[in-house]
Amino acid sequence: MNGTITLAHGAGGRAMRELIDTLFVGGYGNDLLAALEDQARLELDALVAHGDRLAFTTDSYVVDPLFFPGGDIGKLAITGTVNDLAVGGARPLFLSCGMILEEGLPLDTLRRVVASMKATADEAGVQIVTGDTKIVHRGAADKLFINTAGIGVIPAGVDIRAARARPGDRILINGWVGDHGAAIVDARGELALDNPVETDCQPLSGLVEAMLAACPDIHCLRDATRGGIAGVLNEFATASGCALHIEETAVPIRDTVRGVCEILGLDPLYLANEGKLVAIVAPEDAEPVLEAMRAHPAGRDAVIIGEVTESPTGSVILHTGFGGERIVDLLVGEQLPRIC
Amino acid sequence: MKFVDEFRDPNKARALIREIETLLPQIPRADERPLQIMEFCGGHTHTIFRYGLEQMLPGAIELVHGPGCPVCVLPMGRVDDCVALAERPEVIFTTFGDAMRVPGSKKSLLQAKAEGADVRMVYSPLDALALARANPDREVIFFALGFETTMPSTALTVLAAEREGIDNFSLFCNHITTVPTIKAILDSPDMQIDAFLAPGHVSMVVGEAPFRFVAEDYGKPIVITGFEPLDILQSLWMVIRQLAEGRCEVENQYRRIVPPEGNSAGLEAVAKVFELREFFEWRGLGSIDHSGVRMREEYARFDAERKFPVPSLKIADPRSCQCGEVLKGVIRPWECKVYGRQCTPQTPMGALMVSSEGACAAYYQHGRLAVEAQRGQAG
Repeated sequence: MNGTITLAHGAGGRAMRELIDTLFVGGYGNDLLAALEDQARLELDALVAHGDRLAFTTDSYVVDPLFFPGGDIGKLAITGTVNDLAVGGARPLFLSCGMILEEGLPLDTLRRVVASMKATADEAGVQIVTGDTKIVHRGAADKLFINTAGIGVIPAGVDIRAARARPGDRILINGWVGDHGAAIVDARGELALDNPVETDCQPLSGLVEAMLAACPDIHCLRDATRGGIAGVLNEFATASGCALHIEETAVPIRDTVRGVCEILGLDPLYLANEGKLVAIVAPEDAEPVLEAMRAHPAGRDAVIIGEVTESPTGSVILHTGFGGERIVDLLVGEQLPRIC
Repeated sequence: MKFVDEFRDPNKARALIREIETLLPQIPRADERPLQIMEFCGGHTHTIFRYGLEQMLPGAIELVHGPGCPVCVLPMGRVDDCVALAERPEVIFTTFGDAMRVPGSKKSLLQAKAEGADVRMVYSPLDALALARANPDREVIFFALGFETTMPSTALTVLAAEREGIDNFSLFCNHITTVPTIKAILDSPDMQIDAFLAPGHVSMVVGEAPFRFVAEDYGKPIVITGFEPLDILQSLWMVIRQLAEGRCEVENQYRRIVPPEGNSAGLEAVAKVFELREFFEWRGLGSIDHSGVRMREEYARFDAERKFPVPSLKIADPRSCQCGEVLKGVIRPWECKVYGRQCTPQTPMGALMVSSEGACAAYYQHGRLAVEAQRGQAG
């Protein structure tokens, strides 16, 4: 099947049937989807075996460009939703996939995206069990938009919430910060770097499972996507009313990412990530959790980056490598490159 | 990271601060008010807040954050002109990123873009020229903004457009000049500043000579300063040493970048394309003589203000704003009547809340610790 997406692929007729059968059902390859009913039917018993609460989330993906070093929109659409489930302590199980395609999109592009989604779903241990496809006129969407929703199950006893940070707790991260944001800036081709940065886009479900095995009582856990780790740290500080102190020199940032930031006047703490989580655990749990993280491929470069204290309440404070301190606040708008 | 981390060494920082502490008691002072040192440039302000420099300094030193953030001091009327140009259907309006959020009287460029204007972010005026080359049926306008630092690149881009015969490219020129502005601050009656850090990148273009009047005519020490935190600490140490030794002269801390004579090729291009305006309006400071440039008659066809109608309406700063007093060090940002109340980074009323390089926005976002510490000292 060569060629491009046309309005016929969304008209409900033969072209649409063919697209769904060959591209999606064939591409995602599982029995629940292949049944081709109007809904996926999930066995309750199988869910209950994993825990006592359902986790349910959704996210939409509109990235430009569609393909970038180390990833693509399809991989993002799986990892983003899987990670939103995982950081609640849930084991991700089933995803839906809605696609909005712009007329004229090369079918080959769509095929590559679907293949990437399948590979990432397999890696994360989830199945894409239901979906929807819409075609819009040229110009009404930018090439390809994806929405995924996901269901997971939270094991009994796990209680991860942003408000649970307590004075004395340690703050952990699973590796290099800002890779995804820098990769996207670089992939837009405006900087022409010699050493391109790769996105960190990866599913975190396996890592979270390993962390929970080492310590079921993780206090806070979130993936740091848009808004960077600064955004997540502020969410924890606001919800818990505690102060989060970060040691600048402990935060792992690659030289290439620092370089991009130095050139453009950006702050890596605000750069997007797609495979990074920030965890807060009781002081006695910090070492065992860190060890479990480092034993997992998605947490090989995990480190402790700071500590929680009582005051100043609701703040994130960065202790700079230079010896000073500053508040790390939420961004007012988008981070924009500085003039000089 | 090489050539960066060397200038952020905490041990060297501690040593410099100890030196500063040793020198301070040697400075003869008639009164007990803190020493006021102004860093003129927004880039310096950014570094000071990013590294938390202010709290590392002895309490006897007060940093006054000057007007050197070209985005902040742009008057609202000029932003309105930008929006009017950008909303013309034939125009692709190109700008540096941080100018997009500056509020005009009705909207910012970011809002104009959302409403359908073709506004594009560029990293260099040459990117804008490339757009003009690629879109011969459109009119590409570059929003030329900044002090002498960015003037040569804009001037050279105009010369390139002339050479290549690209006639669908023009500038909306808002370049401003450093020296008349420092002079205006020095001439204001309530000014108490003891010494200056001069902008490193401006000096790289203009050289050391234009700053001599600060030392010779006004008796204030001034040090040309780089942008890494150690650059700033070393420069503070240099001005304090001048004060302690009773000297006042122009010193150059940023010699690795700034040649004493400046950049003659850059200055030549600037002189060819631009001439001084009689006066230019600043947000927060009002009208300052000779503080801006416009395009010379020979380059009129590259001047968006001559090529297209612009409304050029003057919009006065809100009356309650005290930006001028903050800029001159008469009051601290948080002592302004509207700071943090009606005037916040989300809803900036005054120049200094507009960009993260503005003193008020910097305190509001990163400096709450410094504010609390200094309020504590005052009480």
